[in-house]
Amino acid sequence: MFIIKYKKIFVSISIALVVLSIGAIAYFGLNMGIDFKGGSLTEVEYTTIRPEQTVVDASLKTLSIGQALIQPIGEKGYSIKTRDITDKEHKEILTALGQDAVEKSFTSIGPSVGAELVRKSIISFILVSLGIIFWIAFSFRKVSKPVSSWKYGFIAIITLIHDIIIPVGVFAVLSHFSGVEVDTLFVVAILTILGLSVSDTIVVFDRIRENIRVGHFKTFDETVGRSLDQVYTRSIATSSTVIIALLALVFFGPASTKVFALMLTAGMFFGTYSSIFLASPMLVLVQGMQAKK
Amino acid sequence: MWKTRITALLILLLGAGIGFFVYKSEMAKMAVAKDATPKGFLSTHPFKLGLDLSGGTHLVYRADVSEIDATEIGDSMSSLRDVIERRINIFGVSEPSIQVQDGGFSNQGEQRLIVDLPGVTDVSSAIAMIGETPMLDFRTENPIKDAPIEATVGKDGKVVIDQYASKYAKTELTGRFLDKAILEFDQSTGEPKVSLQFNEEGSKLFEKITSENVGKTVAIFLDGQPISIPVVNESITGGKAQISGNFKATEAKLLVGRLNSGALPVAIELISTQTIGPSLGTAATAAGVKAALIGFLAIALFLIIWYRLPGLIATVALSIYVVAMLAIFKLVPVTLTAAGIAGFIISLGIAVDANVLIFERIKEELRGGSTVADSMHHGFKRAWLSVRDSNISSIITAIILYWFGTTLIKGFALVFLIGVLVSLISAISITRIFLYTLNIKKTNGFTNFLFGSGFSSAKAQK
Repeated sequence: MFIIKYKKIFVSISIALVVLSIGAIAYFGLNMGIDFKGGSLTEVEYTTIRPEQTVVDASLKTLSIGQALIQPIGEKGYSIKTRDITDKEHKEILTALGQDAVEKSFTSIGPSVGAELVRKSIISFILVSLGIIFWIAFSFRKVSKPVSSWKYGFIAIITLIHDIIIPVGVFAVLSHFSGVEVDTLFVVAILTILGLSVSDTIVVFDRIRENIRVGHFKTFDETVGRSLDQVYTRSIATSSTVIIALLALVFFGPASTKVFALMLTAGMFFGTYSSIFLASPMLVLVQGMQAKK
Repeated sequence: MWKTRITALLILLLGAGIGFFVYKSEMAKMAVAKDATPKGFLSTHPFKLGLDLSGGTHLVYRADVSEIDATEIGDSMSSLRDVIERRINIFGVSEPSIQVQDGGFSNQGEQRLIVDLPGVTDVSSAIAMIGETPMLDFRTENPIKDAPIEATVGKDGKVVIDQYASKYAKTELTGRFLDKAILEFDQSTGEPKVSLQFNEEGSKLFEKITSENVGKTVAIFLDGQPISIPVVNESITGGKAQISGNFKATEAKLLVGRLNSGALPVAIELISTQTIGPSLGTAATAAGVKAALIGFLAIALFLIIWYRLPGLIATVALSIYVVAMLAIFKLVPVTLTAAGIAGFIISLGIAVDANVLIFERIKEELRGGSTVADSMHHGFKRAWLSVRDSNISSIITAIILYWFGTTLIKGFALVFLIGVLVSLISAISITRIFLYTLNIKKTNGFTNFLFGSGFSSAKAQK
């Protein structure tokens, strides 16, 4: 009952987090990576000593490859970002970097491939959202009192938006300080969060409906509160196992999936938080407003 | 009761057997020498690693199909695919993957060819080996006399005047219709010649072109340059043509080889390149395996500490889940990428979710005053709906991601989808059979402890 008693505080915390996240996204912005924009990324490592960045910069300036963004990586490496380049230009870059530089990876993405990824991402996002909204609608198709079923669905969707905006906000802050960019995995992370976090909310709402049907409790507030008492341990336990797996990935996994795992961790955490501390309190608030009318 | 116990034993044995297969096939793969062809069931089932883990080159080409009939695009693209595959095979790349990507809404109708070359980290030589295939086409005199000469500014800034492009008009006849090329020597002069034999369709086209251009010249272009401009004396049936363009013997031989390995039916342009060096791939694989191991151990520890006896059983079920997944990866085979490994690790966490839901239900039943046996039966039955519901949204997401994804996303989505489905089976059947096998009849303080979780016991609440 603790959660329902202090429902306004918990809902306020969620609102504050969402506002902060939107602020972070608006203030820092989301840097699009070459997956979407097109461009090239060359990563090299020097076998002996890494030359000064200014030296590298100067030698690349002599080439006609437009502006090159050079960043040190690791102990002896550099990453070089430019517009998308041809094989000939790629060879010129390697020659300019010197014999010592060993290429670790090279990516060049043409603008049409980037544009395709943007389109595919948008289509996937729309389809996953629609799929999940239909799933929510299907789960709550049976009318229940005192709150009608579409309101459960509506609240579930608000909860989902909350679950996505916060990880994106976390990403915006991370992106500002570490320079990570929006790539394909970013989109996959968001869509996976959509799929994972909605199930928690559905489990909680399911229990509330079951308890309404059984009719043990007198008021709606009590029904919701007791339902939460019954399910919160298992909601936390199921998310914990996923978060444990994700943390293993964040700390020990390949570099390429670290940010992805971190976003999913944030998504799982806030997804569970919202199913307990946001969705159900909102249900009670909505019911309260209805009763006043 | 004995039936359940035998089933449980069989599942354990099966799990051990699958585990043995996974282990043995990895050992067998390592035993095979680097360049030898693997033989036998075991060594032909290694894990299939994606380019980001094995190192290699990923190339995306755009095919210029603007001059091809819409109905023939499919054929041209698949013959383009075949030609490039032959080219790559000459160079001995193991397991290349060459795919045609149809033009659709998402890529603005571009026809693309996607080439994956595992182990090839020298992009330039890879591009050369694919791109140097000759483009052969036949052109007829342009009917418009004194057509304006086209001048284009080349990439290096020089003005290129293409006088032939305006003098000659392209025809439909290209290297696509070539059946084979043969090196011949002129019997009187000993000069090398290249004989071309067209296929049926090409023969008809050639007949049409020659009959319409008697007394005029027909130019044979190779890679956009005319190599021979013979005068047509009569209409030629049978689809045989000859190029006698002042070749040196070696030149002619090379041309025949290149033409036979396949002239490109369609011009291609490289629009995307990705190369992962071998060291980066190895590091990513090692990190992925390490994260999977640590993730597995941490989850097992959590389950056993928090859920005690059922937790231990869930850990056994999870182990079977792991070996089953690894075997599926080998047998399907699923191409594993860094994202795919991430999907697998996340699926470890999700796989035990169903168990957790069931255990919590069992505990609730025990607290309600049921016996251990009844609680287990009811627990499984009542938890099933939540288990199903909490997985459906993940399945929806995985299917859409797989459907629309690029290689990277597909790698994640497929592993994730298989993981969710296999975990449903393992949680419901395997965990249940093991729990039933224990056949706990008594309900006392000890069983309440065993079935409790965290800080609470499963003692009945009055």
